[in-house]
Formats: sequence, structure tokens, C-alpha cells
Amino acid sequence: MDRRAFLKNSALMAGAAGSLPLFKFMPAHAAGNRETLIVITGAGPNSMDIHREGTNRPSYAIAVNLYDRLLGYGTKTLDDGIVSYDYETLVPEVAESWEVADDKMSALFHLRKTATFWDGKPITANDVKWSFDRAVTVGGFPTVQMKAGSLEKPEQFEVVDEHTFKINFLRPSKLTLPDLAVPVPIIINSEVAKAHATDDDPWATDYLHRTPAGGGAYKLLRWDPGEQTVYERYDDWQNGEVPALKRVIIREVPSASTRRALIERGDTDISLDLPPKEAADLHASDKINVAGVPIENCINALGLNVEMAPFDDKRVRQAIAYALPYKQIFDAAAYRRGRMMHGGQSFTPESSDWPQPFPYDTDLDKARALLEEAGHGNGFEVPLSINLGLAQWTEPTALLIQESLGKIGIRTPIDKIPGANWRTQALVEKSLAMHLKNFGGWLNYPDYYFFWAYVKGHLFNSMNYSNPTIDRLVDDTLHIPVDDPAYVPNIKKMIAIAFEDVPLIPLWQPNLDVAMQKNVKGYEYWFHRQLDCRPLKKA
Amino acid sequence: MAGLATIAKRLLEALPTLFGVILVTFVLTRALPGDPAVYYAGPAADAESIAQVRHAMGLDRSLPVQFASYVKGLAAGDWGVSLSTGRDVTEELGRRLPASLELTLLGLLIAIVVAIPLGVLAATRPNSLVDHICRIIVTTGVSMPVFFTGLLLVYVFYYQLGWAPAPLGRLDFMYIAPDRVTGLYLVDSLIAGDFEVFRASLAHIFLPALTLGIFALAPIARMTRAAMLDVLSSDYIRTARASGLAMRTVLFTYALRNALLSVLTTLGMVFSFLLGANVLVEKVFSWPGIGSFAIDALVASDYAAVQGFVLAMALLFVTLNLTIDLLYAVIDPRIRAAN
Repeated sequence: MDRRAFLKNSALMAGAAGSLPLFKFMPAHAAGNRETLIVITGAGPNSMDIHREGTNRPSYAIAVNLYDRLLGYGTKTLDDGIVSYDYETLVPEVAESWEVADDKMSALFHLRKTATFWDGKPITANDVKWSFDRAVTVGGFPTVQMKAGSLEKPEQFEVVDEHTFKINFLRPSKLTLPDLAVPVPIIINSEVAKAHATDDDPWATDYLHRTPAGGGAYKLLRWDPGEQTVYERYDDWQNGEVPALKRVIIREVPSASTRRALIERGDTDISLDLPPKEAADLHASDKINVAGVPIENCINALGLNVEMAPFDDKRVRQAIAYALPYKQIFDAAAYRRGRMMHGGQSFTPESSDWPQPFPYDTDLDKARALLEEAGHGNGFEVPLSINLGLAQWTEPTALLIQESLGKIGIRTPIDKIPGANWRTQALVEKSLAMHLKNFGGWLNYPDYYFFWAYVKGHLFNSMNYSNPTIDRLVDDTLHIPVDDPAYVPNIKKMIAIAFEDVPLIPLWQPNLDVAMQKNVKGYEYWFHRQLDCRPLKKA
Repeated sequence: MAGLATIAKRLLEALPTLFGVILVTFVLTRALPGDPAVYYAGPAADAESIAQVRHAMGLDRSLPVQFASYVKGLAAGDWGVSLSTGRDVTEELGRRLPASLELTLLGLLIAIVVAIPLGVLAATRPNSLVDHICRIIVTTGVSMPVFFTGLLLVYVFYYQLGWAPAPLGRLDFMYIAPDRVTGLYLVDSLIAGDFEVFRASLAHIFLPALTLGIFALAPIARMTRAAMLDVLSSDYIRTARASGLAMRTVLFTYALRNALLSVLTTLGMVFSFLLGANVLVEKVFSWPGIGSFAIDALVASDYAAVQGFVLAMALLFVTLNLTIDLLYAVIDPRIRAAN
């Protein structure tokens, strides 16, 4: 008897014995069960509450699948046939319609009258207000993300009547409405939450951390932290098309080799968190579909701290930009999973696209000449810091950079920093001279990227870069609509400065790679990089 | 009975050790570079939200105050809350420790079952072919990194042959865990009388336990061999042989029983380093054990979790040493008499 037959028989026996197991189905494709999806991932959620401090990235998937927002994003089909969310289109979720006032200083949202939470309670404007008040009050990441959309104070949120909700704007901003569709502004069942709130914990963070209370397309069936999360469809979901899959099982498999073996053996439907090498191999093997989409508004880059000599000299930074082995890095560290970010034609950007290839390519003679000019003809020594949490790409990249910079006399011992310390040293203290970094902005606007990464003092500006022109351009551009006549010229000016000053040298734009069996349909790429299970199907 | 008094005395003696462990772990976690407030404030936090988080975590208080409140909590049975999982440390350890213990104990059992006969065999025929084969086997076992052995076993028995179940942790999707009595699935499923779950748990635990077992072969087999050689050359064995006792009686009743004392000491050490080696096996086989929890906690500067882990290990070793001492008494009547 082979294993599958054994499993099948044991399931039958268990059923016959009347002690029905909770998961009475076969693993993955073996059963041909079209209503259950098995997903394996490197790390699982550490909280059911995206507003909690310390909530990790995989927990954003809980906010996406188990909760609703006022608005969602539409979708578009990319050139290679993969479906992506579309940041230019907002679609109804809990709000069936909305209008922005003529003075552009407020917006009115009309909630669906029939939509209910899982417990049957109607979703009302009171719930939305309570949830938004919570997001702007609890501090930490949710509050910062709300602030990005100029949503800062509870007074901005107004209950007009049970099914009408009003947001008063602090300023007209193109970021406000899109910020309502990111994972953070979830709508929580406020009555359930309040019933579990205490004087010490008015926002019921203890309760919601363990128990979701929402009305999203999926309910939580089971959560064993460190092992698995199981969603079950909410059949009465009104805020979109009811999902095709009845149940989704997400299993945590820390080892990338094991994840690859599982998808190749057909014991799982979807494998997440693929290192580029595995993605490239699986893509080549043709038995498994690999949906790879360059992550919007995101680059893997080399940061140079402009407050530390000799990187205060623009010529030194440019010399390094000419000395990096871009092609080799893209081949050997990225395994060609992504888009190249070097070899642009001109220092004057032709478009306002971001990211776009920088006008540098490997040219050691030019690099030597620039170093000579800057008075560093004999080279120098500087540590190259990398984040061990991202060792998959930082380690091979650092080695290639070390070798190439060695040719122009720059010695770069590699300094490996573990994850928790990385954030302190790179982002808060900004004390790393030369470092490999990755940053991506959720809201897909170049000015939003520049706001975080090129404005002095801002978190992701680990290069300590400071330029009054950039500061002014970001200030002028951040909130204006993209059809404003100043928008495109301003963005081009920012990009031109980034080309010229290169405090940040882009290496490539990484892919989000998701491997799935051929019968899995409906996958959508999302900026939050989590799996949205709602549109998925099994053929 | 003298046993109880001995146990009580030994436990009392362990208290200063435990206090030392608590103090050193507390200081060491704080001395590590890395700022948990920054880490937990999240990817887009500003200075204000970091300060908020620091205050919420109590990290803005002085170290002695933090330590006092930690010890006070411990005395009340409160080990603190793990920041990265948001649950009580005791709850996390209670869930994960049995998984690791089950794996380690079974690995140790496999190693004992193979290594002791191997050691005895090698000792009775020193420098023969059997001895050399034994040496090759154990040297290979200990020389291969644990994760490599694990990956190799997965590759052969799961990926190529399809004999082993998918390396997905303790049980496949279709089974539910047996009702918790000990937390060891193999034991609990038998208590519940659920043989299907027992078979499934056994199938899942076999490869990871074998991985650990292979790693533990060497010290046990070598120690058995050395101890047996030592004992076999002693006078009383010569006397026993000269008296015409059966080879079997000489070997097992007289020699092995005496050799077991040093093997037992080795087992205590092997058990502790197997718990350490667990981490890598847990990663390869998606085993929800305590090792990966501790590593993740350490990387994330999750103070309470790291402290809880070290304290749990300290308690475990105090118990282990005590058990081994008591076992000496069972094996060796002389020690019993001395007590």
C-alpha cells in the first residue's frame, strides 16, 4: 500500500469510526480537492492584529484576507499575462460608493447596507470610525502609515449616519484615498472589540492579537503560531465576489530547500518566499508556474553614507557607481529574477517612471579617473555592511562588489549584521558607511519613495543624504495629483538629482516570485507582497 | 526512604545555580547589541513611535528596576510575554518544548539502540574488521553536519523514493493532534488509543529523529567501546572467564553493567548537545520546536523569550543531572549503599 492509499484508507476509517478528523481531506493535489488550497511559506504571522507593535510582515496577509477596508484596488493584466493590482484604480469594498467634496477637503463614503461582520452584526460607520481612531492612536507602524495618507487625528473621522462615513482632510492629497486601500486601515467589529477592552487596554490589543474580529472574505479556523494558519470562507461576504476556495491552509516551512521539494513533489499548491535561485530553477523546469513580478517602487541598492568621508565627495560616489559589476550581480545574486537598474542612456531622465535604470555601467577606467580626481587614487578601506536577514542576496552581492572595488584599490571587508541590530544601525542611527539595502514603498509614487529615502532624517535615508532642492521638490509634489502640470517635471528633477549625486546606487529591482501548480488560477500580484487568497481558484 | 531526602537536598542546591542563570541571562540579553524597541516599532516607525514602544516595553526603566520586576514575575510564575509572538513565554515553551523533547528522546533512543551493540561488538573484537566498520559508521555520522544529513534523508526518502511523508512538521494536514496529556504525540495518541495518529506521528518523526540519532552515534558507541575494553581487561572479568561462566553472562551481566556507568554520563552530555543540534533539524523538517523559537527570539532581541528559553533549559538540566545521579544508584549498588 503506498502512502496516499494509506492516508485515504485511514481517513475513511476515521470517518467510519465516527471520530471525524478536522481536516478530512487529502494533502494538496492528491485529493483533487478543488476547494482547499495548501500554501507553504517561510514564516507565518505572529499576530492577528496589524495594528499591534511588532507585528511581522506575514501578518499583513491576515489584514488582507480576514478584514475589509473601505476601498480596494482594481486589477490590470501585465504584458506577460500575470494579473497585478492597479494602483490607479480604486474599487468599492465596504464603501459601495464615495465622493470627494468640491473643495477637496473631505470625502463621504456610503457603506453597503447589507454587509455584516462574521457574527452577523451590520458593518456601520461607527465600526469604521472606531477602527480608524485606533489606527491613528495606537502608535507605531499603523499610525505612521495612516499619516502617509494625511490621516492623523480621530477628529478627522466623522459618523454622518449609520451607513455614511466622512473623512475631513488636513490637506488635499493624492495619497489619502489610495492609503485607505492598503492593509492597515482595516475595519474591526467594534462591539466585539469593545467588549474585550479594559482600562489598561482601551483598544483591545490583547484580544485582537489572538482573535480576529472582522467581516472579511475569510474567517480564521485555526492558528497554531509557528506551524500553520487555516482560513475558512465567510459565505455571506458582501464586499466583493465570494471566493472560490472554501479553505486555505498555510503551513510554515522554514527551509527553502524543503519548500522547493514540496512544490516539486506536488504536496502543496503554492510555495511562497522563494529565493531567486529556486525561482529561476523552477521557472526553467516548466512543471511549475512561477509568477514573477518586479516589486513596484522597490530596489535593492548600495547606500553610501554622505556624512562619512570619503563618501561626502560626489566624485567618489560616482566612481563607485562606475565600478560595480552590475551584470554579474544580476546574474549571480538575482539569478535574473527582476529588472536591471543600470545602463541608462542619459543623465537627464526621459520619463517620470520609478525605479528606472541609472546612467551608470561598469567602467573601471572612468571609476579610476574619478577617484584620482577626488584625491583617492591610491584607494581606501571601508567596511561593506550587510543585513544577515537578507543574506540570500546580500552575501553574494557583497562578495562581487568586494572583488570589483578591489580592482580600483577600494578594500571592503564585509561586516555582517543580524536583523535586529540592522534596523538600529542602518535606519535609526544611520551609522553604516557603505551598506546593501532594500526599500520599497507601498504607495506607488516616485515622490513617496523620495520622501522616505532621500529626505534628511527620514527613516529609509540611511545614506544621511541631504539636499534642499530635493526636500523642496518632495514637499511641493507629495500631495499634488499626478495630472497636475508640475508633477512630471518635478519628478524628473528629483530623479536627475538622484542620478547625479548617487547616494544610493540601485543594483536591480527584485521580483516577487510565487511558485504554484499549473491548476492554480487567479493569482494576483500585490504591492504588500502577501498572498491575496480571495481571487484564487483551482481548476 | 533516603531517595526523597536526596532529591530535596539536590533541588535546594540547584537554587543558587538557577539564580545565577537568571542573572547572567538577564545581563547578557541586555548587553547584546540591537534595540528591541526599534525592532518592534516596525518598518516605518519614527522617533516618537520608538519612544512609545520603549515605554510600553518598560525598557526606559533602569536595569535593576527591570531585573527586580522580572524576578518578582518569575516568583509568581509569570515568565513574561514574548514580544514577537505576543503570548506568554510559558505558553510558548509549553507548546514547543514537548515537540523538541519527543524528537530528542527518540533520536537518543535510536542512537542507543544502534550504538551500544556496535560499541560492545567493537570492544569484543578490537581492531578487527567489525571494529573498523563501526569506526567508519560513527565517524561519518558525526562528521556530517546535521542539516546536511537531514536534507539528504529528505532528498532520498521523500523526494526520490516517496516513502517518507512530506517534511511538514509533526502531523500531516489531515490529522488533528491527540488530546494533550504529555504533549508527546506518540505517547498521547497511544493514551487516546488512536493508532492512526500514532502511525502518522511516528512516520513524521522518524526521519528527523534518525537525523539526530546518526549524529549521536559516535560519542555513545566510542564511549561504550572504551568502557567495555577497560572493563573486559579487568581482573574480575578474567576471574569470571576463568571460572568458566558463559560468554553471554560475562559480557552482559558483569562487563556491560559496569561499563554502563560511564555510558550513562555520556548520555547526559549527548542529550544536551542533541537539544542544541535540534535547531537545524527543526528548520529542515519544519518541526515546531523550541530551538527555532529560541533562535528567532535571539535574532529579534526578544528578551523575555530568550530568558525563558535559557531558564527552561537550566531547569531541564538540573532535572537531567538529578535523574542521572539517581540512575547511577539503580545501576551501581555501591552508590546506593553510600547514600
